[in-house]
Amino acid sequence: MSKTKDKVVDPKKRDFMVLTASAVAGVGAAATAVPFIHSMNPAKDVQALASIEVDISGLEPGDEMKVKWRGKPVFIKRRTSDELKEAREVELSDLPDPETDDQRVKKGKEEYLVVLGVCTHLGCVPLGKGSGEYGAWFCPCHGSHYDISGRIRKGPAPKNLLVPEYSFVSDKVIKIG
Amino acid sequence: MASHDIKPLKLGPVTSWIDERFPVFTYVYEHLAQYRTPKNLSYFWSFGSLAGIALVIQIITGIFLAMHYTPHADHAFDSVEHIMRDVNYGWLIRYIHAVGASMFFVVVYAHIARGLFFGSYKKPREIVWFFGIFIFLAMMATAFMGYVLPWGQMSFWGATVITNLFSAIPLVGESIVTWLWGGYSVDNPTLNRFFALHYLLPFIIVGLVLIHIIALHVPGSGNPSGVEVKTEKDTIPFHPYYTVKDMVGLGFFLIIFAYFVFFKPNALGHPDNYIPANPLVTPAHIVPEWYFLPFYAILRAIPDKLGGVIAMFASILILFVLPWLDKSETKSGYYRPIFKWFYVAFIVNFIILGYLGAQPAEGIYVIASRIATIFYFAYFLFILPTINKYEKPLPMPKSIDEHFKAKH
Repeated sequence: MSKTKDKVVDPKKRDFMVLTASAVAGVGAAATAVPFIHSMNPAKDVQALASIEVDISGLEPGDEMKVKWRGKPVFIKRRTSDELKEAREVELSDLPDPETDDQRVKKGKEEYLVVLGVCTHLGCVPLGKGSGEYGAWFCPCHGSHYDISGRIRKGPAPKNLLVPEYSFVSDKVIKIG
Repeated sequence: MASHDIKPLKLGPVTSWIDERFPVFTYVYEHLAQYRTPKNLSYFWSFGSLAGIALVIQIITGIFLAMHYTPHADHAFDSVEHIMRDVNYGWLIRYIHAVGASMFFVVVYAHIARGLFFGSYKKPREIVWFFGIFIFLAMMATAFMGYVLPWGQMSFWGATVITNLFSAIPLVGESIVTWLWGGYSVDNPTLNRFFALHYLLPFIIVGLVLIHIIALHVPGSGNPSGVEVKTEKDTIPFHPYYTVKDMVGLGFFLIIFAYFVFFKPNALGHPDNYIPANPLVTPAHIVPEWYFLPFYAILRAIPDKLGGVIAMFASILILFVLPWLDKSETKSGYYRPIFKWFYVAFIVNFIILGYLGAQPAEGIYVIASRIATIFYFAYFLFILPTINKYEKPLPMPKSIDEHFKAKH
C-alpha cells in the first residue's frame, strides 16, 4: 500500500485516459443509435411502391382526375385553351413562388397539368373543380388558394403544388414516379 | 396545536423487517402522512392530485383497450368498432378513456392556471415548474398519438397536419417528416409506431410526475397567501387533512366525468372521426381536439408556415423562462392589484384563442386570432416584466397562520 502511495502519479495523464476512454465510449454509444433511428425510415417494401401508370384517355378538356401514388393523391387536369391562356398570362412578379406554366408541364402536352394533390402548407388535399379565388384549387384547412397551374397565389402555403416525376408512356398513358 | 401533530410511524415485526431492508413505509410516511402542508390551501390546490388520478385512469383503461385494439391501417377502425359493439363493456372502457383524456386536460389546465395566478413558478419552485411543463408536453404528444389510433378521418388528417409542422424546418424538414411517417404519407408504419409510443409515453409521464413531486417536497407546497412556511404552526400533515379534502374534490370531478361518459360521450370529440380514414379526401373543416385549439389558433394566426410553427412552439416553451420574466417578488395574485386584472385578461384571451382555433381560417377570425396571439405573448414578454415597476403590492399577512386565522 505505502509503496504505491509513494509513487508520483501524474493527474494529467489520468485525466487524459478518462477523457479519451469516455469519448470513445460516447461515440460508440451514439453510433449504436443509428440503426434504431434508421429503422424508422421508409422500409424496402414501402420504397418499392414507387411508380404507377395511369390511363388518361377518358379525360376531356376541363376534366380532372385524382389518383393515389405513394399514399398521396395526384391531380391530373386536362386544361381548356382558355385556362391554358390564363395560366400563361400571369406575371411572375405576382407569384410567391415564381414559376412559368411551361416549367410545370411537359412540352407538347401543355394542356395536361400533373401535380401532387398535397397542400404545401401542412399536407391537406386541396379541393378542386374550380374552387378558391383563382378558380382552380383551394385548401380548406388553412385557406391556401392555388391557380390553374397549381401555383400558390394566396394563403399560408409557401410553395406551388409539387410536380411529381412523370412521363408520357403514350398519348393516353402517363407513368408517375 | 398538539392535535395537528403527527403520530409517529409505528411498525410491526414484519413491516419493520421490510422497512429496514427497503424503507417503503418510512418513505410513504415521510412523503404522504408526515408531509407538512400549509394549513390554508384552498380547492385550487386539488387539481394536482386530480391530475394524478386522471393519469392512472388513462393508464388502466388504456391497457384494457390495447388488449382488443389492432394497430394496423386495415383493421384499426374496425377493431375500435369491435371494442364498441362486441367486447364486454368495451364501450364503457373506451368512453372512459376518450372522455378521460379531456378530463385530464381540464384538470391540468386548471392546475397550470392556479400556478400562474399564485406564482407557483417562482423561486424556489422553478424545477417543479419545469417538470410540470415537461409533463404537459408529454401529455400533448400522448394525446395527439392516441387520437390517431381509431384511424378515422380526423385521426388521419390530424396526424398529417401535425406531422407536417416539422416540414417547416429548413433543409432537413422533409426528411424528418418522412422519418416520422416511415413512408411518403401517413400510413400503416405511422399508425404502428404511434401505437407503440402512445403506450410508452404515459409511463414516462409517471416518471416525470414523480420528479415533479420530489422537487415539490424540497421547498414544500405553495399556498394562497404566497408567504412561505415559517414555523410548524403554519402547517398540518398531508394525511388526513388533505387526503380528505382531495377526496371531496375527487367526488365532484368524478360526477362531471361520469356525466360525460354516460350522457355526452362524443360531445368532446368530432363526428368526422367515425368515418374511416381516406387519404384522398380531406374533411372540409379540420379541427384538433379542444385542448389543442388555443395553440392551433396561434399557429394559424401567423401568415407564414415556419413563422406559425415557431409561434406555436414558442407559446408553450415561453413558460420555461416565466420564472425570470415575472419580476415581482410577491407570489400570490391576491396581493397584486394590477397583475390580477391582467391575469384575468390572459385567461379570457386564452379561452378566446380556443374559440378562434375552432373557427375557419378566414376573415374576421384571422384578425381576431392575430390580436389574441399578440396579447398572449405580450402578457409574458411585456406585461409581466414591467408591471412590478408601477404596481404596489397590498399588505401581506406575516405568516400562513395569520392568513389562516383572518379567515377562520
